[in-house]
Amino acid sequence: MLRKWKQQRAYHLMLIPSLVLVFIFSYIPFYGLIIAFQKYNPGLGFNSPWVGWDNFTHIFNQPNFVRTIWNTLYMSVFKIIGGIIVPVIFALLLNEVLHSGIKRTFQTLVYIPNFLSWVIMAGIMLDILSSDGIINTFLGVFGIAPISFLGTPSIFPWTMIVSDIWKGFGFGTVVYLAALTSIDPGLYEAAVIDGAKRWKQTIYITLPLLMPTIVLMTVLSLGNVLNAGFDQIYNLYSPVVYQTGDIIDTYVYRLGIQQAQYSIGTAVGLFKSIISSVLVAVSYILAYRVAGYRIF
Amino acid sequence: MIYDKSLSRRVFLILNYFILLLISLLCILPFINLLAVSFSSSAAVSAGSVTFWPVEFTTKAYEFALTGGSFFSSLWVAIQRTVIGTLVNLVLIVLTAYPLSKSKQKLMGRNIYMGFFIVTMLFSGGLIPTYLVVVKMGLIDSIWSLILPGALPVFSMIILMNFIRGLPEEIEESAIIDGAGPVQVLLRILLPLLKPALATVGLFSIVAHWNSWFDGIIYMNNPANYPLQSYLQTLLQSFEQIMLKSGSDYTQLLSMMNARTGRAAQMFLGAIPILLVYPFLQKYFTKGLVLGSVKG
Repeated sequence: MLRKWKQQRAYHLMLIPSLVLVFIFSYIPFYGLIIAFQKYNPGLGFNSPWVGWDNFTHIFNQPNFVRTIWNTLYMSVFKIIGGIIVPVIFALLLNEVLHSGIKRTFQTLVYIPNFLSWVIMAGIMLDILSSDGIINTFLGVFGIAPISFLGTPSIFPWTMIVSDIWKGFGFGTVVYLAALTSIDPGLYEAAVIDGAKRWKQTIYITLPLLMPTIVLMTVLSLGNVLNAGFDQIYNLYSPVVYQTGDIIDTYVYRLGIQQAQYSIGTAVGLFKSIISSVLVAVSYILAYRVAGYRIF
Repeated sequence: MIYDKSLSRRVFLILNYFILLLISLLCILPFINLLAVSFSSSAAVSAGSVTFWPVEFTTKAYEFALTGGSFFSSLWVAIQRTVIGTLVNLVLIVLTAYPLSKSKQKLMGRNIYMGFFIVTMLFSGGLIPTYLVVVKMGLIDSIWSLILPGALPVFSMIILMNFIRGLPEEIEESAIIDGAGPVQVLLRILLPLLKPALATVGLFSIVAHWNSWFDGIIYMNNPANYPLQSYLQTLLQSFEQIMLKSGSDYTQLLSMMNARTGRAAQMFLGAIPILLVYPFLQKYFTKGLVLGSVKG
């Protein structure tokens, strides 16, 4: 035993820096979650008075909290659906291009928005979507009056959904293209001999073989259903569209940090964290069962 | 693959190129528009006459961006943060992934260590408790508040761990027979072999550090300490206010530009670094996806 320890000592020592830092910045905050059950007072710190479940009943009685959950689910479900359909279709279309240089050029162009932060993206969007921006100028050509994409409650969620899909589909395309290249060409040759045209080949060969990857990507994204995109929405919303655009994360930020209601904000965050971690765990288990995917 | 040369196939191919081109343009035109806006006169921008080519070419917006505000100091903070942060990430990733790549027998408590790190991927204390820890550690207004909380990116660590496991074990065994200890094995044998994997996770870190803005906003009380993206984020909120704050020297410049051209110039400057490393990013990110799916 002792000899074994001597051999291993170096390994354990190597782990120490990570263990310490992760403990401080990830595990100590778990302890901080107790303020969700207290009436937090910065002067008293964690010795603030206990209030049991009061903070939770308080938030669930807020009409705008239920609305916030609804907004979160609404936007994130459509983002997930679009985030799967668009890259699959784009990858299928791109797969028909035989010229590898042209194929790579298209791929490169659609991949660019992925690497820019939502801050820069929001800067671009504020500009192109403004009343005298390029999109409204373009619509004006057809006699359409300027649309306030970011200032109309009924349109705002769709602006978020479409722009999120726009920013992210290049990444998905790479994943699906990789899956497409691994399909055995012999299958297509056999299909051609049987008289199948390209369309039939796509329906009966390509799509079924792509299905495991599609299922895997869908399952993995389910764990994120409560993350409707803080970076994006925070940078683009305004009080005018809180009603339809506020999501759990932006709500926590406004309540918790901006209005310094630490206990309430933490309670909302805890609620979201618990549901999210269950969803992530379930989606990883499903991904393993359904698609044989393991991350470690 | 066998392709038919029928008329319908040709029509499809032409249509396909057209659709792909259209979608690719949708991803790139907003950037070109932003660039055109940044080089145009404010009058032309307000009139909505700028599309993809500057109207009444001027570099006033860039002059303002580079002389007024705190663009350069924020750029410097962002560079420091990205360099130090990425180095810290890489060191911790290697120090953690190497021991954890060992079996249970060779590293006592391996699964406990693993669980310790995995939990932080699933569940977090949330915004407010983490914020309170950073405050208690006295890291507010220090660059370390942007580096230490995310010092070990667990997902990248798992990628590297799987990569090490994929290497032939004999390499390490023969070094141990020659009398090398774990540290020598790591430094002399493994590090050179890990270069491609380190490049991948290193780029993940670079992009993450360069693009994050939110921690800068909450952990820095003094806007002079904002990294570039946080500074750009404040521009989204209140460009006019910042212009007014920066003093009367700029009144002349101010009269020649408006919020939109100035913002466009700074957004574009903020995007340049990522666009420059983009060709490398694309190659390695695709590789990282493949590495990440290696099963342990």
